[in-house]
Amino acid sequence: MTQSLNSQVPSGPLETKWLNYRDHLKLVAPNNRRKFEILVVGSGLAGASAAATLGEAGYNVKCFCFQDSPRRAHSISAQGGINAAKNYRNDGDSTFRLFYDTIKGGDFRSREANVYRLAEVSNEIIDQAVAQGVPFAREYGGLLDNRSFGGAQVARTFYARGQTGQQLLLGAYQALSRQIAAGTVKMFPRTEMLDVVVDEGRARGIVTRDLVTGAVESHAGHAVVLATGGYSNVYYLSTNAMACNATAIWRAHRRGAMLANPCFTQIHPTCIPQSGENQSKLTLMSESLRNDGRIWVPTSADDTRAARDIPESDRDYYLERRYPSFGNLVPRDVASRNAKSVVDEGRGVGALKNGVYLDFADAIGRLGRDAIEEKYGNLFEMYERITGENPYGVPMRIYPAPHYTMGGLWVDYNMMSNVDGLFVIGEANFSDHGANRLGASALMQGLADGYFVLPYTLASYLAPHLGERVATDTEPFRKTEAEVSGLIRGFLDSKGKRTVDSFHRELGHIVRDECGMSRSEPGLKKALEKIPALREEFHENLNLSGGDGLNLSLERAGRVADFFELAELMCIDALDRRESCGGHFREESQTQEGEAKRDDENFTHVSAWEYTGNLSEPKLHKEALDFEAVQLTQRSYK
Amino acid sequence: MKLTLQVWRQERADAPGSLQTYVVDDISPDESFLEMLDVLNERLEEKGERPIAFDHDCREGICGACSMMVNGQAHGPRTRTTTCQLHMREFDDGDVILIEPWRATAFPVIQDLMVDRFAFDRIIQAGGYISVNTGSAPEANLMMVPKDDADLAFDGATCIGCGACVAQCPNTAAQLYTAAKIGHLNLYPQGQPERDERTVGMVEQMESELFGSCSNFRECEAVCPKGISIDWIARMNRDYLKAKLKGVNRR
Amino acid sequence: MTWFSNLYQHAIVKKAIMAVSGLFFFGWLAGHLLGNLKVFQGADKFNAYAEFLRTMGTPLLPESGVLWLVRGLLTAAIILHIWSATSLTLLNRRARTSDYEKRQGLQLDYAARTMRWSGYLVAFYIVYHLMHLTWGNVHHDFIPGDPYANLVSGFQVVPIALVYIGANILLGFHLYHGLWSLFQSLGLAHPAYNPWRRHFAITFSIVMSLGFISIPVAVLTGVIS
Repeated sequence: MTQSLNSQVPSGPLETKWLNYRDHLKLVAPNNRRKFEILVVGSGLAGASAAATLGEAGYNVKCFCFQDSPRRAHSISAQGGINAAKNYRNDGDSTFRLFYDTIKGGDFRSREANVYRLAEVSNEIIDQAVAQGVPFAREYGGLLDNRSFGGAQVARTFYARGQTGQQLLLGAYQALSRQIAAGTVKMFPRTEMLDVVVDEGRARGIVTRDLVTGAVESHAGHAVVLATGGYSNVYYLSTNAMACNATAIWRAHRRGAMLANPCFTQIHPTCIPQSGENQSKLTLMSESLRNDGRIWVPTSADDTRAARDIPESDRDYYLERRYPSFGNLVPRDVASRNAKSVVDEGRGVGALKNGVYLDFADAIGRLGRDAIEEKYGNLFEMYERITGENPYGVPMRIYPAPHYTMGGLWVDYNMMSNVDGLFVIGEANFSDHGANRLGASALMQGLADGYFVLPYTLASYLAPHLGERVATDTEPFRKTEAEVSGLIRGFLDSKGKRTVDSFHRELGHIVRDECGMSRSEPGLKKALEKIPALREEFHENLNLSGGDGLNLSLERAGRVADFFELAELMCIDALDRRESCGGHFREESQTQEGEAKRDDENFTHVSAWEYTGNLSEPKLHKEALDFEAVQLTQRSYK
Repeated sequence: MKLTLQVWRQERADAPGSLQTYVVDDISPDESFLEMLDVLNERLEEKGERPIAFDHDCREGICGACSMMVNGQAHGPRTRTTTCQLHMREFDDGDVILIEPWRATAFPVIQDLMVDRFAFDRIIQAGGYISVNTGSAPEANLMMVPKDDADLAFDGATCIGCGACVAQCPNTAAQLYTAAKIGHLNLYPQGQPERDERTVGMVEQMESELFGSCSNFRECEAVCPKGISIDWIARMNRDYLKAKLKGVNRR
Repeated sequence: MTWFSNLYQHAIVKKAIMAVSGLFFFGWLAGHLLGNLKVFQGADKFNAYAEFLRTMGTPLLPESGVLWLVRGLLTAAIILHIWSATSLTLLNRRARTSDYEKRQGLQLDYAARTMRWSGYLVAFYIVYHLMHLTWGNVHHDFIPGDPYANLVSGFQVVPIALVYIGANILLGFHLYHGLWSLFQSLGLAHPAYNPWRRHFAITFSIVMSLGFISIPVAVLTGVIS
């Protein structure tokens, strides 16, 4: 099967592309909508908003999530906020500025038309959320409050204390619940999608496993929408929830959907460092802490004194030293990379020497303890709960952690993958963030896709298919279901010695070391030798107990098996991209001062990988990125 | 640290369960409670035994998945803390720790410490929303909400739906959960048109899920990881009684 | 009628019924205590008060009319109170059929925890009290028409006085949780007056309890004879 990559971006000026395009999309009449079955996989911001909106429109929707309730999807953990170009602060914000900041923040590796549309619908998201009763922060006049976030020069971020994600998700979840009650959406909690059924190049449905009974079932639909989130857990330790996984997108990839820019992952600078080998996940602390905290490490690698006993002369405030104008507020990628380099030099702090100090002593001295407590009290409390250390007395220890994946399934302007009828929205697709995601734009993208983009483009896709029968009693369904059952059987029959987690931990180490913040050709090649070998051991030496009913180890085994395959593709993609861009520092591509150097001449494209049947030899397709409205510039924070 | 755990093990919803004793050693005080269970589970797996099933996901105290009684207290001994955020330094070397699932007719045990909390979702489906179709929302700043109301509503909206309130309540009541959800929406101007129907729908769904009634014991408030106050329950009672006196019934 | 039948089957309404009937008791108890304290003014005043209760409302109403009206209302209130309590207890039992090995009490106080038992015991006590001092069935030396003498001779029996004292301590606990709780059940909460709900409940229940206890104590110590 040869695949052509047509992004379907409409012609015309950037500002009116989407509006004009919408005007000419095909429609499905209200009385015909109930004749369509739509399968939405995932119930986070993207999935819940899409399922609710499609249900409201009158389609028959089935929505699946592996959690016990759609309200628990990982979007809930987002802390900071959501951007919109409302310009409520009269500080010069506009759709164009939000578009420009997002595309520049992504280091010019995203599709211009998609990003512009994202900025364009951002305002509608806020309107929708407020109407749903999402409790955004307000000012005394009763109007919405905004703050500047992640170094933006305008205050365009709407927030809800430190839990904007939970509040927006609950808004979407409530809308979804209303449709469940109305009967337009049927919800399948504790149900994991294990495969996509593709027949004659078109997605016909999915195969799922009931996580309680173990029953493997097929569901047929006129279209399949994947809203299954990112794959940061390939690193084992990340800020993602424990069960976040790549299975849905990886299975779709194996069925023909291309995976774009898999090596583009985001490593968030302010997380609590690992405390021991048994650690199961990392916790993110809001980036806002960098507004008042000063980052430093001891000048000497041999310094074993407690933080407070180290005099100023023996401290290295390395961000302030290297980037005098931005200092501690350099973008996420720069902060993360520098932390890694000082820790690699052996100057890390803490018992495991795996962090850097984020010190509030100066801020407390300058503003007083009360002011700091008012600003960051809940974060300090969270830190104390996890580490047992009091950040008012001793500096916090932080270290970067995998947090978000910009890469994902390739989609065109309609959010449809190269497999007909297979749509991908939210973090699961690759579309809007390029090589680096700006703060407060993940929530924006998930909701934009689900509320305001997919409902239009999906209708246009469906319109010509009116009256087509969908059923699971076909050969492709039987075949896929049998393959899924066979895979499960294979895991259950394994009689090896090592647990799933021990494999996952080891895989995570490899990917973190060689395909994390900093990559090099020798390192990636080493990883490409280690990963297939370990994968082979995984399939031979896996120890799995329990039966085919509720079995948490079995669930994890399936996910880790897919991470193994994805990890290899990530490294292949990283090896191919011989440039530093976004959060990815390619050691062979740096300036004389050791800063990241982008290579626009050779890499201004999306790398979309096709599965060929051989995991080590995927086929690369390039989608060239054309920029009409912006000039490509090199970022500088000196 | 070395600890003795007494853990409720139950194969299926309809199978009998019992407490089993496990000894875990080499536990660091910096590990979280769930990481300690991970360690135990990995050792059980190595021995070919079925690991202990429990719900968990974000491990940051926001998704509300984790749910277990630790020494007779929902989420364990530390206040305003979910089980996933509880760390082993709260315990002493040699402690005996009793771990049980949430117990409620409305939350049937699925396996071990894992329970089915879909009753909470059904309460939301009975009216826990503001009916606004996508696309029909007016400009966000057209609706002004006094900051005090918005802040108060937020206190209710922080509920993570974990069910600790139900688990700890001697009566197994879901009043705190339901009240926080109703209260948040009923405080907003957007929530007014459906106020009575929402309150009646959600309260009566709560009753039909076989939760208990409120005796004002205040155990829910004490154990809520988000510190949600029982004032919300009074507010719900008021809204509900008003609606019932107006003759509002479930749709 | 469907409005009513739909109403009374719901737990929150039952709880409100419990609160309103309880509130009626509080009012009545306050009056009862005020009247009973006349015992400290001597036999004549006390007996005259008892007589007043019988003739109140005459000639508009027949003799003892008001008294019977109040008794009727009290009986209705007690039936509603016990009915709603029992019905909610059954509901709560159904809500958790397999109990914990251990469930720690956190903010649960003694009064709240013993509500059900203090309620049953107080109900028994009321019946006993009526049989003792109103109808005289269980009084060893009952003189119809002389409540003062009946009271004094009744409380001179030490075990009986102790039963009264014990019952009124229990009543105090029941009143305390009930009084605070009824604010919640009827939806009366506001940060501005929330602390006062607790203060009010404590003060009221202590005054009631000590007030009633003072009578048998006064008889035992010979203050009243």
